[in-house]
Amino acid sequence: MEQQQEVATRPIMTTGGPNDAAVFCRGITKSYGSGETQVKALRGVDLEVRPGELLMLVGPSGCGKTTLVSVVAGILDQDDGECLLFGQNLARLPKHERVRYRGEHIGFVFQAFNLIPSLTAAENAAIPLLINGIPMEEAVQRAALLLASVGLEGREHALPSELSGGQQQRVAVARALVHSPRLVVCDEPTSALDQATGMRVMEGLKKLAVNNDRALVIVTHDARIFSFADRIAHMNDGAIERIENKL
Amino acid sequence: MRRNNFHPVALQPIGRTVSVMNRIALKMLFGDRGKYLGIITGITLASILMIQQPGMLVSIFTMTYSFITDVSLPNIWVMDAKVQQIDDSKPLLDTQLYRVRGVRGVEWAVPLYKGSQKVRLSNGETVMSNLLGLDDATLIGGPAVMIKGKLSDLRIPDSVIVDEAGANGRLAKPAAAPGERATPLKVGDVLELNEKRALVVGIARAQKTFQSRPIIYTTYTRAKVYANSERKMLTYILVKAKDNEPRETIARRITQNTRLAAWTAEEFKKKSLDYMIYNTSIIINFGFVVLVGFVIGAAVTGQIFYNFTLDNLRYFAVFKAMGATDQTLRKMILLQAVLVGFVGYGIGAGATASFAAMMGNSNGPSINLSWQLLLASGCAILLIVLMSALFCIRKVLKLEAAVVFKG
Repeated sequence: MEQQQEVATRPIMTTGGPNDAAVFCRGITKSYGSGETQVKALRGVDLEVRPGELLMLVGPSGCGKTTLVSVVAGILDQDDGECLLFGQNLARLPKHERVRYRGEHIGFVFQAFNLIPSLTAAENAAIPLLINGIPMEEAVQRAALLLASVGLEGREHALPSELSGGQQQRVAVARALVHSPRLVVCDEPTSALDQATGMRVMEGLKKLAVNNDRALVIVTHDARIFSFADRIAHMNDGAIERIENKL
Repeated sequence: MRRNNFHPVALQPIGRTVSVMNRIALKMLFGDRGKYLGIITGITLASILMIQQPGMLVSIFTMTYSFITDVSLPNIWVMDAKVQQIDDSKPLLDTQLYRVRGVRGVEWAVPLYKGSQKVRLSNGETVMSNLLGLDDATLIGGPAVMIKGKLSDLRIPDSVIVDEAGANGRLAKPAAAPGERATPLKVGDVLELNEKRALVVGIARAQKTFQSRPIIYTTYTRAKVYANSERKMLTYILVKAKDNEPRETIARRITQNTRLAAWTAEEFKKKSLDYMIYNTSIIINFGFVVLVGFVIGAAVTGQIFYNFTLDNLRYFAVFKAMGATDQTLRKMILLQAVLVGFVGYGIGAGATASFAAMMGNSNGPSINLSWQLLLASGCAILLIVLMSALFCIRKVLKLEAAVVFKG
């Protein structure tokens, strides 16, 4: 392997401080249930993602990847610990401000695409803009431009049922990026796709979602796409076991 | 792939977000055509039940006192003290008329005969009808609207006037051969009442009665000839009260002086209606159907709408994750619910109105579509859709946005 590997039990601070990191989490714990049935999903996780970085979270099923990424994206409250997003502690924001922050600064790509069946590709891709109050026509126009940039020119008016799996995931990618979020969170974005399609989706994601002031966090099992990562965080049993530096 | 050069979005006022997302809500609703039609069908059926049944009940109630409504000129009805409602015939002696005329405050008083009489048709069948005998001199108590002929034609020997529904329906001349249609009764035709000749001299429009029988108008004297002769033949005394005193006061005075029951027209209508309400199970029967309509409507609509929301739960979670506020989601669901309620109610009300228009020409009860009924049933439908929406809103608001990551 030409790539340098860094193994650590705790991630090392690599930026100027918590406020300079895209994601800066310390001591995150999260449990589900109570009493004897309680499951500890996260056991004091520390995580840092730098601006301009593509970080992959990998590990066996049930190791806490999705829980961690949900906490990072501000859609799940941790039990303990602190998580800053571009210096902003979402847990301390009032609910409505947290929701609006998410709408403005975070993009999502899901394993199951989650495209709305009755909306066209352009309307689906425009949803974050619509949520942010951009008028329908303008939002759809901007979404159509982005769809063209992910190779779906001419398919703006197609319904999800008229698109292949790869095309649907590219619509989902466009939806995650259309409002130019600073952090894009992807959950198994390629697991439902064949290799060639998965590679195309990853190329698009890396080109569009990662630059100096943006970051991309991908939860995946798919070893075929590890080569796109800048760093890979290996999780097991609710903790990050090691960080693999691919640069 | 081209590089994304877009700038971050500027947050817009919440109001604009809601209105744009409302369009998405409607597209989601119309997009799932099967469920949309299912919800609309449920609300339409509930609306029909909740408009048609009370409409028919109101119509039946109106029919219980329709005869009092038709006889508009007198404003006090005098009768035997034991009479409970308009069709309850307990005749008086003719001499009672003169006693009533002598009561202070009575401007005039005329006799009225009201009884049942068999009519024999040309094919030998008999039809039970309501025979009304009007004061010979004034013909007070006659129909307000004459379609053919004149009320004064009742002065022709053996003459009768028949109501339109009866002339076109039960009293129509039977078909000559099977499969042919009966011929409506017309002026100049002859009926047989109690083995006596009755010449039709007019066709009148009258309100439907509760018994849905044909109405035959004739003079008081002739009615006594047609009817089986009894010692007492005077069914009602129709009184016009003088204007210088309240008519209720005059009615009480008539009762005091004659020991007969005397009611103003409004009091007599209420008495007849109360009799119907308290001595039949009609309210319970109709009320039960209306309640069933409401419950079924609520259950069917609620269930389908709830399923529709459950099917879309993951998308609502996506909206939540992507920054849609609770207010936005609440308004999206409310809009969907109110829209299906509005469309379903509109179709239901339209269908009921069409049905009512079709029933209007029949002999049976019609459907009385008052604005109060439409408003009340509209409110009931609104209640159903709002209840359904509240369950769905509760589900969506309690939803963890993190479920978006579940496969």
